[in-house]
Amino acid sequence: MEILSHLAGGFLVVFDPLNLGLVVLGVTVGLFIGAMPGLGSVNGVAILLPMTFLVPPTSAMIFLAAIYYGAMYGGAISSIMLGIPGASTAVATTFDGRPLALKGQADKALIVAAGASFIGGTISIALFTGFAPLLAHVALDFGDPEIFALMLLAFATFVGLSGDDIPKTIFSICIGLVFSAVGLDIMSGEPRLIFLDITGFMHGINFLVLAIGVYGIGEMLWTIEISRGETQMSKATITLRGIFAHLLGTLKMWRSWTIGSFLGFFVGILPAAGATPGSLMAYGITKMTAKNPRHYGKGEPAGVAAPESANNAASTGSMLPMLTLGIPGSPTTAILLGGMVIWGLIPGPMLFVEQTEFVWGLIASLYAANLFAFLINIGFVPAFLWMLKMPFTILAPTIFVLSLIGGYAPDENMHDVWLMLIFGVGAYLLRKLDYPMAPAVLAIVLGPIAEPKMRQSLLISGGDLTIFFTRPIAGPITAVAIILLLLPLLQLIWRTIRKPA
Amino acid sequence: MRRAELVAAVLMAAFSGYLMWKSAELPFGWVPGEGPGGGAFPFWLAAIMLVCCVWIMVNWYLRKTPPSQSDEPFMDDYARRMFFLVGGGVFAMIALVHIVGMYGAVALFLVYYVRFLGRHSWKTTIPIAVGAPVAAFFFFDVALRVVLPKGYLEPLFIPLYRIFL
Repeated sequence: MEILSHLAGGFLVVFDPLNLGLVVLGVTVGLFIGAMPGLGSVNGVAILLPMTFLVPPTSAMIFLAAIYYGAMYGGAISSIMLGIPGASTAVATTFDGRPLALKGQADKALIVAAGASFIGGTISIALFTGFAPLLAHVALDFGDPEIFALMLLAFATFVGLSGDDIPKTIFSICIGLVFSAVGLDIMSGEPRLIFLDITGFMHGINFLVLAIGVYGIGEMLWTIEISRGETQMSKATITLRGIFAHLLGTLKMWRSWTIGSFLGFFVGILPAAGATPGSLMAYGITKMTAKNPRHYGKGEPAGVAAPESANNAASTGSMLPMLTLGIPGSPTTAILLGGMVIWGLIPGPMLFVEQTEFVWGLIASLYAANLFAFLINIGFVPAFLWMLKMPFTILAPTIFVLSLIGGYAPDENMHDVWLMLIFGVGAYLLRKLDYPMAPAVLAIVLGPIAEPKMRQSLLISGGDLTIFFTRPIAGPITAVAIILLLLPLLQLIWRTIRKPA
Repeated sequence: MRRAELVAAVLMAAFSGYLMWKSAELPFGWVPGEGPGGGAFPFWLAAIMLVCCVWIMVNWYLRKTPPSQSDEPFMDDYARRMFFLVGGGVFAMIALVHIVGMYGAVALFLVYYVRFLGRHSWKTTIPIAVGAPVAAFFFFDVALRVVLPKGYLEPLFIPLYRIFL
């Protein structure tokens, strides 16, 4: 009951005209960003975060969460119409969405995607509302070693589950953490890592400088290089009767969206897993358990419903550890977490005690964002299809300009802008060699939290590393983290043993 | 691609070494009563980075990763041209901020990109190149009170400050 009264309070925050307007604006922007190939929620949130200093923190957070939500819906649009995933979270949507469009059933694919997204969103937000206060309550007992163990788990997830090159993933994590250590050492107050004695490094490296460099400049350079040549856009004719028929059809695909919603939500909760693996796994399992697995990949609507419900569910799920534990579940939530720190909110379980208006306003805004994203998506499909025709030669310079101003605004320093360019170019070049960039962004956000926790834990134990293993909560978490770290090694051994046989 | 993989690993290893040396300016051992020194966290992380770079080089030698097997060029002609045209354009824009300020640089960059790289008509270019700086001025200077740098164009803005600020 307490939850319901809190939620009602949250809705009062959302129904404030400013916040409601920001939800609608946010989902619209998110839909657009999600629909544009090469731009996903993480790019939108990173580039637009500096613009949100105009409004109070709660409204800013509601706006950014709405972008996150809208982008999950929007990603499907270009996956289906162009065959290019609008964002990495919508990769699995191309598997069946594109064949449907090529068969002339683009409208069906679009409506099923929107319907499944709405269902996935609704189920996951309900789960979120139930779980969040519980988890926050448990997390209140967490001390420094527990929080540090959780961060270790977040990084271990990248190494064990992302499937990227392992030394490159570890390298990316460490470089992000080292960059987060630049500036003044919090505990001794001494300056450290002042590269070439440039005074600009004294205030540290703002996570936004790295995030905008990677997701604004680096991403654009990357997209310009790989998107050479023309793409073929499918035709879609949308009628009111078609909308209702396809939505009813979506409801009948209950197996896909049940798998998608629940699996997506729980994969999303895993620190650092996020919506991309969530949607891929949901697609895989739906296909595996289907009666007609052969139809998948050739235009099976249920193959659109599964990943689309999963990516919305996962984006909600990834906000759960961000809000309750202060550990982001995806690159986008890492940036949201960094934003919360800028606004002076301390992420973690105390938010549920001290900032109830913020927390419940945000949770209630997810309900609103989900509904509006659905309505705007269905209602304005022709408008989004028209926008997809926008030439990249206009979109790209706009992103560069937004990145320039966004890199300058937080600290009002040209040093940051130059650093952002270096990060962007470096990210582009390293990405070509399969260095993953998301771990570095997550690490630079978590670094300033992880380092003092580690040092304090070691101080408590007198330098004894076993403190991370012997405490009742930290112990199992550390153990899981180490298993995840060793997982690729175990797989390797397993394969070498089996090969001779 | 194969050569680039090795070059990148060597450069990153050198950078890791530099980070270790730089971190060692602060104590990275155990400071009695304070716990690990201020340099410990970055020092050991940079050491892990160095190990990873060596690992990448071993993988390169064993040809285990896709980039170390690929004979394709790291950047073909198209990629190199776009990188210099676009990356160079962004570099020039940031450099120009120091001279003609944020708004001047943004306008010039948009003209360069939309008109010359994108080959759009002047009818498309002008509204974008003028509209973006104007919108940014009202958003940042007026609404957010974040004064963006104006460079040598500062005098032109004084009448605007009088009206809006």
